[in-house]
Amino acid sequence: MSETRVEQTITINGARKPWSGQSVRALLVEAGIAPERGGVAVALNGAVVPRGDWDSTAVRPDDKIEIVHIVRGG
Amino acid sequence: MDAKVRTDTLTIAGRSFGSRLMIGTSRYPNQQVMLDAVEASGAEIVTVAVRRVSLESGGEGLFDMLAGKYWLLPNTAGCFTARDAVLTAELAREALQTDWVKLEVIGDDETLFPDVEQLLRAADELVKKGFVVLPYCNDDPITCKKLEDLGCAAVMPLAAPIGSGMGIRNPYNLRIIRHQCSVPVIVDAGVGTASDAAIALELGCDGILLNSAVAGARDPVKMARAMRLAIEAGRLAFEAGRIPRKLYATASTPIEGAIEL
Repeated sequence: MSETRVEQTITINGARKPWSGQSVRALLVEAGIAPERGGVAVALNGAVVPRGDWDSTAVRPDDKIEIVHIVRGG
Repeated sequence: MDAKVRTDTLTIAGRSFGSRLMIGTSRYPNQQVMLDAVEASGAEIVTVAVRRVSLESGGEGLFDMLAGKYWLLPNTAGCFTARDAVLTAELAREALQTDWVKLEVIGDDETLFPDVEQLLRAADELVKKGFVVLPYCNDDPITCKKLEDLGCAAVMPLAAPIGSGMGIRNPYNLRIIRHQCSVPVIVDAGVGTASDAAIALELGCDGILLNSAVAGARDPVKMARAMRLAIEAGRLAFEAGRIPRKLYATASTPIEGAIEL
């Protein structure tokens, strides 16, 4: 086995980030978003992760995560 | 207002609102003007959007400013497919803990006209998932009827293109939609100034959703107040019932007792 493993990544809001087995909650903290903050939602590979599952849901390599919030709109 | 001339309330999906105006939060000169304008409008339903959080800056705290004070209605603006619109609605439901969604599925960047086929598909799916769907749609009676039949809680036909400020371009279609649909008819898009809003209400439309006409006015707070008054005036006029149009004059002052020389 080679020592030079390709780094495993996840994609958050279109940007590639290193994967380290984080929970969804940890991802939010890493992104500077207080998990208690209102008006935030997360989708994992196209499906919403309910707020109550943020702690228990771990992301896997190559997962696509969308973190959204409420902004101005018409 | 005098209790004797109070207008009735707007009821959507069993929830009643004192104001027939829904107002957007976008494109104001600054945040304070937006908050002041929304307040001056008297609107209880306020629209917001769902977007990616900036991983660099975290993002604005719009939710904290508006939540609890207004009935927040998330939109699916910027979605071009039913699939995107459904996921956006689901994210909004999670973010805001609301089943309500202003459904937009856009067919074209330049006109921002709805993609009717995708809109109907998204509306069907969202209704089945338990959403209260308020679809932005064409001023087409057939589409509106189909949306109602799918279970939408209201229909929201455009009066003119989004942000165009061109006013009520097809009052006859709006009247037909009002006659043929039993859910509330909310004119969404096209209102340019207060008289446009009044006309829509005089035609029998149940409410107005607007953003640009207020946000883009020289004085958005004043225009918000103007919209509030126009919508109230338009509704009162509708409830009061206009006189028929006649080609020839009818004297309002009685003729009896006039002097004769």
